[in-house]
Amino acid sequence: MKILLAKPGLDGHDVGVKVLAQALKEAGFQVIYSGLRKAVEKILDMAEEHQVDVIGLSILSGTHLIISENMMNSMNKRNLKIPWVVGGNIPVKDVDQLMKLGPDQVFPTGTQLRDVITYFQKLN
Amino acid sequence: MVKNKNKKAIKDVFLESGLKVKAVYTHEDLEKSGMEEELPGQYPFTRGIHSEMYRKRPFTIRQYAGFASPEETNERFHFLLKNGQTGLNVAFDLPTQCGLDSDSDEAFGEVGRVGMTVDTLKDFEIAFKNIDLNQITVSLTINGSAIVLIAMYIALAEKWGYDISQLRGTAQNDILKEFIGRGTWIFPVDKSVKLVIDTIEYCAQHVPKYSPVSVCGYHIRESGANPVQEMAYAFCIAKAYSDGTLKRGLGIDEFASRLSFNFDIHGNFFEQIAKFRGGRRLWAKIIREEYHAQNDKSCWMRMIAGGGGGGLTKEQPENNIIRSAYYALVSALSGTQTMALCSYDEAYTIPTEKAAELSLRTMQILINEMGICDTVDPLGGSYYVESLTQQFENLIQEEMKKVDAWGGIEKAIESGKIQESVSRQAYLREKGIQEGKIPKVGLNMFKREEEVKPVDFHPYNQEAAQQQVDKLKLIKQNRNNDEVIKLLNSIHTHATAGKNLMPSVIEAVKGYATVGEIIQTLKDVYGEFQEPIFL
Repeated sequence: MKILLAKPGLDGHDVGVKVLAQALKEAGFQVIYSGLRKAVEKILDMAEEHQVDVIGLSILSGTHLIISENMMNSMNKRNLKIPWVVGGNIPVKDVDQLMKLGPDQVFPTGTQLRDVITYFQKLN
Repeated sequence: MVKNKNKKAIKDVFLESGLKVKAVYTHEDLEKSGMEEELPGQYPFTRGIHSEMYRKRPFTIRQYAGFASPEETNERFHFLLKNGQTGLNVAFDLPTQCGLDSDSDEAFGEVGRVGMTVDTLKDFEIAFKNIDLNQITVSLTINGSAIVLIAMYIALAEKWGYDISQLRGTAQNDILKEFIGRGTWIFPVDKSVKLVIDTIEYCAQHVPKYSPVSVCGYHIRESGANPVQEMAYAFCIAKAYSDGTLKRGLGIDEFASRLSFNFDIHGNFFEQIAKFRGGRRLWAKIIREEYHAQNDKSCWMRMIAGGGGGGLTKEQPENNIIRSAYYALVSALSGTQTMALCSYDEAYTIPTEKAAELSLRTMQILINEMGICDTVDPLGGSYYVESLTQQFENLIQEEMKKVDAWGGIEKAIESGKIQESVSRQAYLREKGIQEGKIPKVGLNMFKREEEVKPVDFHPYNQEAAQQQVDKLKLIKQNRNNDEVIKLLNSIHTHATAGKNLMPSVIEAVKGYATVGEIIQTLKDVYGEFQEPIFL
């Protein structure tokens, strides 16, 4: 299974996404990391180019709702049907609202690495 | 027999730096550390950079602030000053940090979210309204676009009639650490360093009391580095800026005393104190022995310390109040010049006013009730602390040699070597926490079922963001746009010719050229950094 981990928006906090990337790699997944400050369109280009099975967005600056809405619109426009998930500094109270924007799962602040790994293993 | 059993009963203790801790330290360890003759205020400054330290004046309290609009930020500044704060630490929003204007597409949804928005000099005029720039010291937490914001602060002071040769203040302006952690880099590594050196050179010549760079071990540690690497990488970075400045023809004593450091606290209590004491001694020796500084002040490792976001937890967030109080104690026992604490809610949001006030009170209690200011370096002479201090000095030195072997700090960052090693450690640490091997109270021990509590998340103010965009539009209409084009062209010419850009950037901000316009001009000349991906 191939996973694209991406950093949309301007937020430069990449400790979490890099930690997750290593954990997923150790769990046997193939991981591609986008690097910082990638526009949603660029992330989707990468997803198509590498034919990934799932996209993970890491957002810590509080822009998760706006970015996810962009993500939903851009995916609809491209008629792309890749599962995607959102993690980072996401308050629990925003999870329901976020889920309405189309991600397959949201991992709010405090999620354990093993829970994310288990989730991807189930997708497999 | 009994003795043997006891020996088996105690576990080995290793610090994050890898040092093994003995159960008992004695006079013998103190002798080995060889520092009986040292005094505070005297080279190599292990015991502190001033002879009387807090007895003369307590450390400066400088909490981080900066909310959305310049108008709100101004209100917050007045609130903090009224509450006894003596310095201002300004946070900027991400578009400002990345050199984008509020009306750019990429800024949508980010304007004013994590700090103050600055598009033009007008925003500084609003933010610092009715604040006497001679009475306070302002610290600008800005890196990628620092040259513009420093130019703006100088332009503001000039415009308001201050003598800039007397102007004090600090900018973070440490771009090399941004490539390791935090990530608000813009230009390629060498050009980024060139801009930092421009600010150092300009300030040394025209604004000599301004501290143009605060080298940040803090963010490197927050990104996963251990305490030894935190100090070693910061020193390598400070040396890179110094080397570049020397190449411009300045002497070490003309600028070294204005360089300062920003360090992290979380982790083992005594290890942190030894880190600062050993680091201070090593830095003094580097500047004196390698750079041949004559002036004692050039050898000072001046620092801001107190925070340690990486040590805080979202679980049982009130525990962070206690952690922060210990961090404050560590910082004071380590002889810090300035203190800023993380607020207890900082693990998941921008500090609320209540949380920020608690941090302020924590430091005030330490200063006023605990006797922390009574005597200098109260742990000096401790068998344990002195022994650790000595070992830290050696460890940091060894770690710096590793960076040299990678071809120096700039090369090691360009290739991603440092980022890779730091991020590997972040992974091991997180794994250690999640597996319970690194104890965190409330997270992996002494847990309780979290009652679902509404968290005071700092709300995003869409209206204020729109007002900022409208204000920018108005400024762009009312300024002399022909003049702005000329000013930007002048920056372009100077950048192409490799000249110091401070004079042309100061002129441009005075003409209300925007942060985004100036940074774009420089991108046209320098290009942008291509991030190394190492998975």
